[in-house]
Amino acid sequence: MYQDLKFWVSDTICAGLSPISGPLFAKTCSRFIDGFLVTTELLALACGIGFFLAIALTFARVSGRSVLVWPAQIFVYVFRGTPLLVQLWIIYFGVGSLGEQGLGPVLWTFFKNPWLVGLLVLTLNTSAYVSEIFRGGLANVEKGQMEAALSIGMPWLRAMRRIMLPQAIRIAWPAYGNELILMMKGSALISTITVMDLMGQTRTIFARNFDLNTYLYAAILYLVLAACISVFVAVMERRFRRSVGR
Amino acid sequence: MEQINTVLGPLSFGQGGWGDDLLNGALLTLQLALCAMLAGLVMGLGLAGMKLSRTRMLRWPAAAYTLFMRGVPEFLILLFVFFGSDSLINAVATSLGFQGGYEVPKFMAAVAGLSIIFAAYACEIFRGAYLAVPSGQIEAGQAIGLSRSQVFFRIRFPQLWRFAIPGLGNLWMVVLKDTSLAAVIALNELLRIAKLGGETEQSPLLFFVAAGALYLMMTSLSDVVRSALERRARRGMAGA
Repeated sequence: MYQDLKFWVSDTICAGLSPISGPLFAKTCSRFIDGFLVTTELLALACGIGFFLAIALTFARVSGRSVLVWPAQIFVYVFRGTPLLVQLWIIYFGVGSLGEQGLGPVLWTFFKNPWLVGLLVLTLNTSAYVSEIFRGGLANVEKGQMEAALSIGMPWLRAMRRIMLPQAIRIAWPAYGNELILMMKGSALISTITVMDLMGQTRTIFARNFDLNTYLYAAILYLVLAACISVFVAVMERRFRRSVGR
Repeated sequence: MEQINTVLGPLSFGQGGWGDDLLNGALLTLQLALCAMLAGLVMGLGLAGMKLSRTRMLRWPAAAYTLFMRGVPEFLILLFVFFGSDSLINAVATSLGFQGGYEVPKFMAAVAGLSIIFAAYACEIFRGAYLAVPSGQIEAGQAIGLSRSQVFFRIRFPQLWRFAIPGLGNLWMVVLKDTSLAAVIALNELLRIAKLGGETEQSPLLFFVAAGALYLMMTSLSDVVRSALERRARRGMAGA
């Protein structure tokens, strides 16, 4: 059903592009579009889940309870201090090498699937960066807001969620938009763990024809994706500004 | 030494261990990051000059370049440069009448790839820093009769660095981490050594974690240096 939809999308786009595209692109169009859809799908999932994980991490980091603060701090420190590629390889090739006897049947079905591992690592990675962005946003919300919320009897968590967080996200939104673009560019690395995203398809096509134009076509598709993200960020930003009444 | 080596197992130093190989890899990683950063800074300064110039012919190419570089994955650029530089150099060589079949050294290709990416980011940092110098100072300079070049070299340029340092510090961290991409083009930097070691000793988890720990050490050290530099750059600034 979903797969049919994806096929339909790629067929339609390729049929529409065929009059203007060169012979190389026409022949490999469905591969490019398939990869494009895989990248988009992974990004949407990773950024969506990562958003909420980042909020949880940020709350843990500012909660003031060392049981919560320390693990969250260490998590963010490690994920921001090591390259994404290393994280991917540690989890896919490293943890994956323990095999079925080391991991047990349930974990093994998870860790042998590159798509799921890619999603996991991208999610964890982005949540660490976004948590840092949100923490910066929280620091710029006036302290009086929190004091007012607490003094009318709101519990800490609710005050954070309803009063502080919405304002922090508004402040941090431009930085968050940057992180979305960086995430999009970082997602190309999951092709190294055999996921057939846009980069994976590109490398496969290049390995067959050794035509450098292949990379150019992929670059254009990535630019399209970056433009879509920029538009989304700008639209949301205008919304935020309207609701504040400025 | 013996005792340390037994604890380290396959990561031990000396004959048969991978400890010294990993450290050499880390050294290559640092060299790669330094070269890419330096080349990127020089190109970034040039690009920032183009972007700030009054001629459209200079401004637009620079704007297009930064837009392109910041919207396309680093990995793609790196692979394109890696595969493209060989064909480029051979095309030039054959057109000049030399025999083809040259190969660009992997290190050079990696430096070229990384530096053309980070030039785009450095350009934005320098542009922001240039515009961050308060206009009152420029007016004051003009008022006491300094020429345009004097205003640039005596007022803007010395202050460029203090406004640019926080951004450049961030950029260095990104460059340091992105050198790991060179492992994919088989340059023997830290991550690739870890991959080779993991395959040979059949314990990839241990080797990748060791590589990760070394990266973490390098970024932590850089962070210390960065905050010291930032403190120094903020000296005497209002609100510091």
